[in-house]
Amino acid sequence: MMNEEIPNLTAFDEAALDEAFGTLERQARGDAAALNGEAAVEAYRLHWLGRKQGRLTEVSGRWLKAAPAEAKKALGLRFNALKAVVEGLLDEALGAGPSDASLAAEAIDITLPGTRRLTGAEHPISRTLNEITQVFAALGYSVGVGPEVETDYYNFECMNFPPGHPARDTQDTLVVAGQERRPLRDRLLLRTHTSPVQMRTMETQPPPVRIVIPGKVHRNDAADATHSPIFHQVEGLCVDTNITFSDLKGTLDHAMKALFGSAVKTRFFPSFFPFTEPSADVQISCIFCGGKGCRKCKQSGWIELLGCGMVDPAVFAFAAEKQPAYDPKKISGFAFGMGVERIAMMKYGVSEIGQFYAGDMRFLGQFA
Amino acid sequence: MKILTKWLRAYLPGLAVDDARLAEDLTLRGIAVEGIYDLGPGNGSLFEMDITTNRVDAMNHYGVAREAAAIYGLALPGLDFALPEARQAAEPFSVRIEAEGECGRFTARVLRGIAIGDSRDWFAGAEVATYFALLEQKRISNAVDASNFAWLAMGQPTHAFDLDKIEGGIVVRRARKGERLKTLDGVERMLDPEDLIVADHAKPLGLAGVMGGWDTMITPETTNVLVEAAWFEPMAVRGTARRHGLHTDASHRFERGADFNAGPVASALVSRILLANGGWIEGELVDVRVAAMEVRTASRKPVALALSEVRRILGTTVDEDGIGAATVEDVLKALGCKLVSQQVGKSASQLHPIAVDDAVWLVTLPSWRLDLEREIDLIEEVARVYGYNRFANTLPAFGEGLRALPWAESEAAVRRTFLAAGFHEAIGSTFCSAAEAALTAPQPGLVVPLGNPLSEEAGVLRPSLAPGMLGMIEGNLHRDVSDVRLFELGTVFSGTTDKVDERPAVAFGAVGSLPEQGPLHPARMVDFHDVKGVVEQVLARFQARAVYFDQFPAEAGLTPEWLHPYRAARVAVEGATVGWFGQLHPREATRHKLKEPVLVGELYLDRLYKLPLRKPIAREISRFQPVRRDFSLVLDESVGWEKIDHALAGLQIPELVDWRVREVFRDPRLGAGEYSLLLGTTFQAVDRTLREEELQSFQTRVVEAVGKAGARLRS
Repeated sequence: MMNEEIPNLTAFDEAALDEAFGTLERQARGDAAALNGEAAVEAYRLHWLGRKQGRLTEVSGRWLKAAPAEAKKALGLRFNALKAVVEGLLDEALGAGPSDASLAAEAIDITLPGTRRLTGAEHPISRTLNEITQVFAALGYSVGVGPEVETDYYNFECMNFPPGHPARDTQDTLVVAGQERRPLRDRLLLRTHTSPVQMRTMETQPPPVRIVIPGKVHRNDAADATHSPIFHQVEGLCVDTNITFSDLKGTLDHAMKALFGSAVKTRFFPSFFPFTEPSADVQISCIFCGGKGCRKCKQSGWIELLGCGMVDPAVFAFAAEKQPAYDPKKISGFAFGMGVERIAMMKYGVSEIGQFYAGDMRFLGQFA
Repeated sequence: MKILTKWLRAYLPGLAVDDARLAEDLTLRGIAVEGIYDLGPGNGSLFEMDITTNRVDAMNHYGVAREAAAIYGLALPGLDFALPEARQAAEPFSVRIEAEGECGRFTARVLRGIAIGDSRDWFAGAEVATYFALLEQKRISNAVDASNFAWLAMGQPTHAFDLDKIEGGIVVRRARKGERLKTLDGVERMLDPEDLIVADHAKPLGLAGVMGGWDTMITPETTNVLVEAAWFEPMAVRGTARRHGLHTDASHRFERGADFNAGPVASALVSRILLANGGWIEGELVDVRVAAMEVRTASRKPVALALSEVRRILGTTVDEDGIGAATVEDVLKALGCKLVSQQVGKSASQLHPIAVDDAVWLVTLPSWRLDLEREIDLIEEVARVYGYNRFANTLPAFGEGLRALPWAESEAAVRRTFLAAGFHEAIGSTFCSAAEAALTAPQPGLVVPLGNPLSEEAGVLRPSLAPGMLGMIEGNLHRDVSDVRLFELGTVFSGTTDKVDERPAVAFGAVGSLPEQGPLHPARMVDFHDVKGVVEQVLARFQARAVYFDQFPAEAGLTPEWLHPYRAARVAVEGATVGWFGQLHPREATRHKLKEPVLVGELYLDRLYKLPLRKPIAREISRFQPVRRDFSLVLDESVGWEKIDHALAGLQIPELVDWRVREVFRDPRLGAGEYSLLLGTTFQAVDRTLREEELQSFQTRVVEAVGKAGARLRS
């Protein structure tokens, strides 16, 4: 479109002007149709509308000079109209954006994988702990915590494991060195359950009490696929006037449905824990087979999940040493405890308990 | 423990349910049947039991039969083994209990003319042979088999001595210093003065309630036998068993409380089996009892039980009628309790003034249930036999609010920040080795060792999360996972074996390339400043006046030994150290076989948690044009960014809304020990467009300030 000759105009009647301007407009439209890319559009603008060397400026200068006085006005109107057409074409070209060809040159492979930012994954144990505490928060349970290194008194004695009692044999204990010369009740050990926090809470807070106690505990056990010397527990304690065994049943039935789905059923078996009486083990209907029986539930349709019971009056008696309001004739309560690893293993299909503590990026990354 | 249903049914001929149902019903009452094995036609089933330690009374056939009787309301006949008339003894066999606090009852029966050999099948149709075969219990000799049979039948340990090797009579006493005893396992033992022993007038014969002695054991030559069936105090037996590292059936039972009244019955049972091979009884059963012990076991004071208390503890039942007086009475009587009803209107005890709709009993406890002592124990029995699953599911009302842990939000903020920065959360061991502790303890010397560690590598309570973090990083690299970013929120320990302090901490580690890579983006290795950025983000969650990073001269020895002295920073908040991070010391890296530079650090969260969490406050965003000005500076190597940063902060120009390092570069054209830094600044006012003269004046002040800090403009 560059350097096109400027046609001479000799006649200025309507027909001649029609033809002359028609030719110019066809040229402008033809040029516009071929526009390709922003640079071309800009060149088109300069070519046609440039203030100094624009084609319209040049043509109008030449033709107006040559025109007789009476034709100048009509000529001017025609130029304005043509200018509007060109401007319209320009707007159109700009609005349409770059041509398909120019876009095609910018093609990328959208099938290459996206660049991902790594999102850190919360540990499955933290996640499960949180889920459990949330369920109980909705039932009015606050979170209580306590030290991982405990005294014999808090871990055993006040939980109604008297010194020398065979029940102590069921919880092999890791102890701090050099305790032999200290009185038994002051000896330091790694807590074997989060139950000591029950007592620590009752000592500082008169009833009513509703707490869940998440935490790390330790036992001197050999490690295998389902046992680890380090594991986590959530215990719960509810003490008030008129707390009953049926309340314990209802609370845990509700909690298990909240954790594992509303179709889950619970059943309770007599059991034994020194710090509760009556004591119970709780089974839930197998979450894998719905109770029909499968490998995971050893064909029984049930999975044992937690221990619980009514708080033993002997435990209240220990609490009453500091808070007389724990009078077992006036108040009652229940406690329950569950292993977090076991629940996490069930929920997330983890087969080796040791994976929780290995820090393996491949394992942890699955929980993002 | 194994139970034969054939044997159970011998005690309970009226038992109508099949074995599967029996197993289910027992399990639901806490007498758990873990496995059922069919033994073939006419043989019933073998139950593999899992009975809780408080129920030793039910760890035998008669005990399980008693539970079944209670469940189905059947009558259980008592155990009674009639014996032939005894021949007169010249004088009764001498038994003396010296240790009256440890031995409550000792029965001894003299049998003479006994032939030791195969036990003859005698009992209601060859029971020993049948039951032992089904249980795969080896038959050894009539003496041993008799004792085993009594054990399996009723859970009462018994012992048979070769009477002719006993000198004088029996004395139950504590051992004396220097006394020795060879026990049945063939081990020669030095006795402890605390040990409770059965002795004769000259020597120890056995560890009471634990194991008999070698020298008085029954041999094929034995003809005269003394049958012992006794009751020993749990703690005494436990002490002896523990000191000698022995755990036997007998000690298991005595430690958990045997039946005070079972001795004479078991003795009769053993004697009858032995007498089936001939021989006779000489003299009456010698039965020595300690009255004080009998009061604590077989003839305990009755316990008051109120129906209202049963209901207060147990609550609502599915059955609308709930638990009534009849249920309580039926259950407890079936378990061997005797109930005496107290009259309404009178007070049975001070604990229970009886209301009109209440019922109160005085309950006499069976001798075999030492686990029953209190009213609550009886309530548990009622609930247990009634059936736990017959109670309704109710929810207690509550009116209190929730109380959050004071640091819960702060911990959540720290966790969220690390997660958002692409670190996976890990949980590591609570323990580390003494060497690792010495290297990483923030307070050297205050490391707490364990008395019975799981292993040497886990000998102490971790004083720092760093060893665990390094272990996990190492583990990943050894598994060929090369890009690692982990953090752990956990407890660290310090103190002495008398007092242990616990503090929350967070450790973090990174190695390898950053994950924001792909075919279009080259990999970039994580570096010090990547980790510093995360630390800054964590700190930014908290509201603090002064947060800074610094380092100490290597010779000061203040940098933790596990960190590279020139590539580590201390994190200080309000003047206090809240942590350290940086590149792992190359020496440690080599020790852990880590080839890539590892970035690692730890923050002491107890110090951070003292700070309030930063609350976001929105400020107005200016509508006016920001103006950017870059300055190319030349600095001496000794001048760090911090100085320039402070200088600019010190200007306190409100319109200087942002400044940052755009680039740092070394240029050979600069002087020795100099480097170049491109400083980017942004000026913006909230209320106006900045005028050229203002900008000019700001720029001049910036140049002046950085000049004072040691920078010159690059020409």
